[in-house]
Amino acid sequence: MPTESSNRVTLSLSNRILARPEVGALVAAVIIFIFFLSAAPAFRSAESFFTVLYQSSTIGIVAVGVGLLMIGGEFDLSAGVITITAGLVNSMLCWNYGMNLWVGALVSLAFCLFIGFVNGYLVMKTGIPSFLITLGTFFVLQGANLGVTKLVTGSVSSPDISQIDGFDSLSAIFASSFKIGPVTVWITVIWWFLFVALAAWVLQRTRTGNWIFAVGGNPDSARAVGVPLIRTKIGLFMTVSFFGWFVGMHLLYRFNTLQAGNGVGNEFLYIIAAVVGGTLLTGGYGNAIGVAIGAFIFGMTSLGIVYAGWDPNWFKAFLGVMLLLAVLVNLYVKRMSTARKVG
Amino acid sequence: MTLRRTRGARLIALSAVVALGLAACSGGGKEATTDDSGGGANAAGSSGYTIAMITHETPGDTFWDKIKAGAQQAAKDEGVTLKYSNDPDASKQAVLIQNAVDSKVSGIATTLVTPDALAGSVKAATDAKIPVVGFNSGIDQYQQLGALMYFGSDETVAGTAAGKRIADAGGKHPLCVIQAAGSVALEARCAGVKSAVPGTENLQVNGADDGAVVSTLQAKLSQDKSIDYIVTLGAPIAIDALKAMEAASSKAKLITFDLNTEAAQDIQDGKIEFSIDQQPYVQGYMAVSSLYLYLKNGNDVGGGKAVLTGPSFVDKDNIATILPFTKKNTR
Repeated sequence: MPTESSNRVTLSLSNRILARPEVGALVAAVIIFIFFLSAAPAFRSAESFFTVLYQSSTIGIVAVGVGLLMIGGEFDLSAGVITITAGLVNSMLCWNYGMNLWVGALVSLAFCLFIGFVNGYLVMKTGIPSFLITLGTFFVLQGANLGVTKLVTGSVSSPDISQIDGFDSLSAIFASSFKIGPVTVWITVIWWFLFVALAAWVLQRTRTGNWIFAVGGNPDSARAVGVPLIRTKIGLFMTVSFFGWFVGMHLLYRFNTLQAGNGVGNEFLYIIAAVVGGTLLTGGYGNAIGVAIGAFIFGMTSLGIVYAGWDPNWFKAFLGVMLLLAVLVNLYVKRMSTARKVG
Repeated sequence: MTLRRTRGARLIALSAVVALGLAACSGGGKEATTDDSGGGANAAGSSGYTIAMITHETPGDTFWDKIKAGAQQAAKDEGVTLKYSNDPDASKQAVLIQNAVDSKVSGIATTLVTPDALAGSVKAATDAKIPVVGFNSGIDQYQQLGALMYFGSDETVAGTAAGKRIADAGGKHPLCVIQAAGSVALEARCAGVKSAVPGTENLQVNGADDGAVVSTLQAKLSQDKSIDYIVTLGAPIAIDALKAMEAASSKAKLITFDLNTEAAQDIQDGKIEFSIDQQPYVQGYMAVSSLYLYLKNGNDVGGGKAVLTGPSFVDKDNIATILPFTKKNTR
């Protein structure tokens, strides 16, 4: 709020901090971090920390887009499989037609943005909830991934592309890593930080950011005051697709081949990251830093269990408890902050 | 706004087409191959038989793709019309079997992964005098369900065989990587390994996300440096495991179940010690062929006993023979 009118109750610094969406998640993250530091000796090294960051980044990059979309009041269930679609389009086009990988990557980007556009366009034109529209897209992509891959390659996994022109430069961008001492830093971690910073800036400091909050909080009044509702929402769906494409590129250039059936289930992880990070399911509230912390909590719990050496059969149950706790801490902190605000 | 957007889209499409033309003939892509599907195949249905194959395949698994390839080749060789359907959900698989009975096929080949759930449908088939052959799973139950023959590998036997080789090589603490939570077959393999090497530990990973598989394995390997063998239960997971071992600078040895082109190449390069191959192509091929022989000639392949398609070991000694077949999706 750049222009605060004089008759408004001014909040103390601590209350203003507590009222921020990411604070609950931050508290939860710190608690979980300390918990694993004490429970899992193998967790206490810089190498482990950066493995956790890598795991978080592959979820976190798409979650940034999903978070923005959720602040804008919509869902995208096709975000998990679109990562695989992106990689498959790139690898099979180039393999089949002998094209340079760069061309395939750009065609794939255009294709993914098109899917995002279709998602958004259908939601806006039909008024059908995005949950249903993108559920449809999810199934279409899942089936097409398998069907087309089988048709083109004769198998259900994509061909190895590591010998095709352009591989080295693309894998440097999407899937390289470098060493700082004993620590391996994956480039996705850097990209993730950049995307989070960019999204945070757009949300807090630009007119587009205000539009996103407005269309998520109250679409009718947003439209009434001249916010380009349709353009903003379609743009958000395309943003999710872009980040899905980005992670798809990472998977393709790190693993050279993709299994056409993969990616299913990750759409929920993105939504979980956004929700744990303080994004409201109903839209209009949240921020990018919170979503990043949510992804970090996911990365920490999923690997912390392994670092602690616990029975893997309990993995999902434990993960669920951790996530519930995170949400509860989040809620508690938010309540505390709003309670004080009244007084 | 909409106008400008469509113009933009057209521009993207146009530039893509132009780029397509410019970028033709870049190296490393699909090899120009001639169709080597072999002459002399019969036309579909020329034998007059229709065989329904029903599996619990989860779509997108390279393993099932090979089963299907084997079944299709058998159908082609013998002039059989093949109707393939699948559903990982037991109750839906039962409905698919019922479906085949209703459409009066000549024979049914089905996986018996959840024998209790499928028993009713299989009985309906035998009551309707439609011969049923079991394959891939259900080795202990196929006879009591009324199936005539069985083709597959015994998961526990396969796991134990792998475990014995590990024990003989001095392995003490293998890590058995389960890529699909709650799979009876995968648990049985790990239990087999554990029966031969008591120090075996299981690890659950999310097989639908290669990035997650690598980081989970990497975390496990840095948590426990005493792991000396890694056992993956599918070829794509083995490739992920290699990446994780490199990242965690693990000295463990890698063995895997099943094969694909990359895994076969890694066996040749010595990065994977060996693979336990249950020869899915053979399972699919034999399931169809045995029904054909039974219908045509009254044959009983296996003489009342299950026919094992594995465990067959693929290692440095025989990889040279097998590698070319993996490229054709038959091994």
